[in-house]
Amino acid sequence: MPAPILALDQVTVAYGHQPLWQDLSFYIAPGQFVALVGPTGGGKSTLLKTILGLLPCTSGTVDLRPRVSVGYVPQRESISWEFPVTVEQVVRMGRYRHTHWWPWASREDRRQTLALLERLGLAPYANRQINELSGGQQQRVFLARALIAKPQLLLLDEPTAGVDMKTQHDILHLLRELNGEGITILLTTHDLNTIASHVPWVMCFNRGIVAQGPPAVVLTPATLRQTYDADMTVVTQDGMTFIANRSLIHRHADARNGRDLSRRRAADGTAS
Amino acid sequence: MELLLEPLQYRFFLHGLAVSVLTGSLCGLLGVYIVLRQMSYIGHGLAHAVFGGAVASFLLHLNFYIGAGIWGITAVVLIDKLAARREINTDAAIGIITTASFAVGVALMSRMRRFTQDFEAALFGNVLGVSTTDLVVISLVSVVTGLVLIGLYKPLLFSTFDEHVAQVSGVPTRRVRLLFSCILALVILASMQVLGVTLVAAAVVIPATTARMLTQNFARMLGLSTALGGITAALGMYLSYHLDIASGASIVLLAALIFVGVLAWRELSTGAFALRRKI
Repeated sequence: MPAPILALDQVTVAYGHQPLWQDLSFYIAPGQFVALVGPTGGGKSTLLKTILGLLPCTSGTVDLRPRVSVGYVPQRESISWEFPVTVEQVVRMGRYRHTHWWPWASREDRRQTLALLERLGLAPYANRQINELSGGQQQRVFLARALIAKPQLLLLDEPTAGVDMKTQHDILHLLRELNGEGITILLTTHDLNTIASHVPWVMCFNRGIVAQGPPAVVLTPATLRQTYDADMTVVTQDGMTFIANRSLIHRHADARNGRDLSRRRAADGTAS
Repeated sequence: MELLLEPLQYRFFLHGLAVSVLTGSLCGLLGVYIVLRQMSYIGHGLAHAVFGGAVASFLLHLNFYIGAGIWGITAVVLIDKLAARREINTDAAIGIITTASFAVGVALMSRMRRFTQDFEAALFGNVLGVSTTDLVVISLVSVVTGLVLIGLYKPLLFSTFDEHVAQVSGVPTRRVRLLFSCILALVILASMQVLGVTLVAAAVVIPATTARMLTQNFARMLGLSTALGGITAALGMYLSYHLDIASGASIVLLAALIFVGVLAWRELSTGAFALRRKI
């Protein structure tokens, strides 16, 4: 087995004296494509920031394989999209390690930026202000900024959040393609259905790893209940997995039943 | 024309004009980063911190620029150290350090009542006090600021736009922020004579905010804000001379007037655009 590209050993992260999780250990092998799923507040984004060194760990070690370059795609809401920069300028920022110090862009900066924008379908928007883009295009700009540094390990925080279903599929197809080219990928997401059909390895995370493995093995009602503390229905049809939150269905059904009951009582003249 | 030429025959006005144009331009330039980082409070805070140092250096018979400069940079370093703690936000760190620093100055001043008059200029700005030394200091500060901002253009832009990703991409974000704050402290120190402690913050924030409304281009915003800062400072000096009001107040009021004008023009033009579309 090749040496891991990323390994966490007995990592504890705490806010003040309250540990978010304790003694977390796992590794990611080169070439893996992993989705980290779990509820809001379960610590997915904090885990990515700990791996990146943006947040300190209370104890334990995060080991990245030496000389591995890391790309990071944060959540879209993490910045102000009103900032006065163009698409091309944002993507060029990612070349910080590979360019000179003077303020203007080199010919090589421009060439590489435009080639990447072309590949991601963003070339027509190169000179547009970033606030003129759709959610999916903004997500691709962030991805391009990470990719221009030619990362071997790519960490993405909610890359499919707030975009329509078609764009979600496009982004995950693109990530699959990049993974095929040898980039190791770890992403966080809320969207279980898209993950089930696009990502080969899933890690269920709620203040610690609940389970990990291929989607067909991991995405079971029992594991999902343990992860989300909610009842989920898992249906497999034509080789595809669909997941629905059963507690939500019940709540809607209950609400509808409640409304029906009130209406009936009102019609009957009985007090509710 | 006479209104423009008449004050130029006075040496104090020429000195004041040169210093105010340089400081106004520098405040406008640095203001772009401060406004885009949404950290307008730091200009206000650092001006107050530097005032504490100015009073202390006067009492200790230290050179104003050396004493207040060391004081200002110490305040910047302490803010950085305090803000590095996870439980303390940057704005809280700025509030604590700079207000305490200002309080030291107020306490010293109130104890030695005879100095109160001398520090009125530092609080509200007084162009009559501009000396050749002030002119030399502000020229040096302008050169240093220019060189640092050219050298830091890329890392400063990246970390202003997205600090976390900049850090992951290799930008030494904390050092860049610290260096920028030191430069800001020096510019505020150099601006105190003309603008005064209480008005420096406005000279930092207003030109940049006005420039932001006029352009969507970062480099153009830098140029526009610098130019607006310099022009309003020069015109403000003439207003100060002819209307006999404090130079800091006239510069800031003029900058605010231009801001209101641009805001009104933007409102009217977007309103007219919306109306045209409706028709």
